[in-house]
Amino acid sequence: MTLETLVQQLMNGISLGSLYALIAIGYTMVYGILRLINFAHGDVFMVGAYTAFYLVSFFLLPWWAVVPLTLLAAALLGMFIDRVAYRPLRQEPRISALITAVGVSFFLETLGIVVLGARPKGFTEYIPGLFARVYDLAGIKIPGVAVWVPLLSLACLGLLLYIIYNTKVGMAMRAVATDIETVRLMGVNVDRIISYTFALGSALAAAGGIMWAFKFWQIQPLMGIYPGWKAFTAAVVGGIGNITGAMLGGFIIGLAEIMAVAFFPDFSGYRDAFVFAILIAFLLVKPTGILGESLKEKV
Amino acid sequence: MKKFTLVLLAGLLVLALTGSALAVEPIKIGLNLEMTGAVAAYGQMGYEGLQLIQELVKPEVLGRPVQLVLMDNKSDKAEAAIVADRLIEKEKVVAIIGTMTSSALLSAGAEGEKYKVPMIGPSTTNPLVTQGKKYVFRACFIDPFQGKIAAKFAYDQLKARRAAILVDVAQDYCVGLGKFFEDEFKRLGGRVVAKQFIKTGDQDFSAQLTAIKNANPDILYIPNYYTEIALAARQARALGIKAPILSGDGADAPELVQIGGDAVEGLMHTAFWHEKAAMTPLGKKYVEAYRKKYGKEPNAFGALAADSYLIILDAIKRAKSADPTKIRDAIEATKNLEVVTGTVTIENGDAIKPVVIRKVVNGKFEYLATVNP
Repeated sequence: MTLETLVQQLMNGISLGSLYALIAIGYTMVYGILRLINFAHGDVFMVGAYTAFYLVSFFLLPWWAVVPLTLLAAALLGMFIDRVAYRPLRQEPRISALITAVGVSFFLETLGIVVLGARPKGFTEYIPGLFARVYDLAGIKIPGVAVWVPLLSLACLGLLLYIIYNTKVGMAMRAVATDIETVRLMGVNVDRIISYTFALGSALAAAGGIMWAFKFWQIQPLMGIYPGWKAFTAAVVGGIGNITGAMLGGFIIGLAEIMAVAFFPDFSGYRDAFVFAILIAFLLVKPTGILGESLKEKV
Repeated sequence: MKKFTLVLLAGLLVLALTGSALAVEPIKIGLNLEMTGAVAAYGQMGYEGLQLIQELVKPEVLGRPVQLVLMDNKSDKAEAAIVADRLIEKEKVVAIIGTMTSSALLSAGAEGEKYKVPMIGPSTTNPLVTQGKKYVFRACFIDPFQGKIAAKFAYDQLKARRAAILVDVAQDYCVGLGKFFEDEFKRLGGRVVAKQFIKTGDQDFSAQLTAIKNANPDILYIPNYYTEIALAARQARALGIKAPILSGDGADAPELVQIGGDAVEGLMHTAFWHEKAAMTPLGKKYVEAYRKKYGKEPNAFGALAADSYLIILDAIKRAKSADPTKIRDAIEATKNLEVVTGTVTIENGDAIKPVVIRKVVNGKFEYLATVNP
């Protein structure tokens, strides 16, 4: 392998990894606060991509209006899902909420097929030039998305950390993560805080959906499944519940996936298997992930 | 008033009862199609063709109406077998059209053998689909032929000597076609400098394509389905691969251009059919009616599904019976039947048909050449 190829593969890995990271931070945030693996995250990601698609192709809105509207729509969807599917089960065992999350995921996927049609829609003509352009750096091709998505992911991470550690809502979120019942007794409106958590996580998923569409030029109702699993893997590798860890995990998974193909080209059909082998290995050897802390059982 | 309603209801009831007794039991043909999932375009295009041909040809045989029973196999192999089973057991169909893809018919075909109900795959080109099967047929050519034509075209016409192949390992069709191309290309004296693998549903092929770029091919052969071809073409061009792209019949879907955009401009592929090569009067009528009904250009998958329908109808007519085994024997004996894509003769379960070569020019599939078997 030439140096040029290696650098190109590294770029490919970072480009893919930054997308996983963007999806994973929303995934892991909801887990960190609620201890709920929100399997519908990948499907909110899909809804976000479709919302942006219709706003830009049907309503012909400019991108500066499309992005905030999409994030808002996804946030409302997240709050709605929490209200109808998760809140009624708050007092039930955690496994009930987990199963419900799988149900919500299937529901959104099939609803997408019925309402939006099963055939993919091309995003090609709507992608802003900044993202569609390919930069050439001494023979290394860097697509615009590969430049902007990592920066965007870092910005989202910064914003999220700021909200969680420097605002009143963030303080309430951290408190909810520690002990819901006590926080409720202290007079905090727990349901509203959880609602905010879902709104924030879903908006991040939608941002990921838009970026995914920018990178792969097409959307379809089942587009959220694989990215959702990969992001989940990234979150586990980074230490589930830990936002910085999810970011790190995203890059690791993206790079691992690309490098597996780069170094073992004969096994390129097995790249997903490779990623999920990493997931299994982490769950067996270090279930708390790279940055995660061991969970203390709550009394 | 109440009495009047009662009388009216009774009258309606009598009418309904006699009506149903008088109506002739329809002959049911099952459709096992990919209406959703990874290759939904094939199933939906097929269904469009079937609805249209039912309007063009009177849907009646042996004095009984013909009814199509549609079921979605979700582009899934396991689901395709379940659908076949349900169509036969529950709906009592006498024959099945579908699936559109080889892998799905490889699994559904076993049901046809088990229950002795004939199946016709409109576009299932993998040779294994009909091999050793008595009840499974196809309305198209097979991949050894298609792959050979593609390799010859690449070697003779495009003067390619260094081929790179990107194969979808989740599909029997793609694996087979890639291999037949490779064998023939090597036999002609060319070299396969890179062979990389992807999987249906994958979206990122940057790693595989970077490896291909490193091997510096002068032709890129992508024998996959439309979404994967479009994504691969875009990513190949973004990485600076300039070699022409050649593909198989899987490329024939509007999504190829919608997703691929400029990147698929100049892409060439072997295909079942092009409306310009529609020679039969029925074919011409079909093309015209298709444009009128759907407001878009006709495609091979719809035409082949219509072909399958015509083959079954003709077989029922000749068999003078709606018995599945008799229909099967009649399908086997199909000879010079006029269908949408030309005339068809069935040999060992396979249709003998020419390969068409097409090229994407200004976002449209243009006709290049026809190669006869």
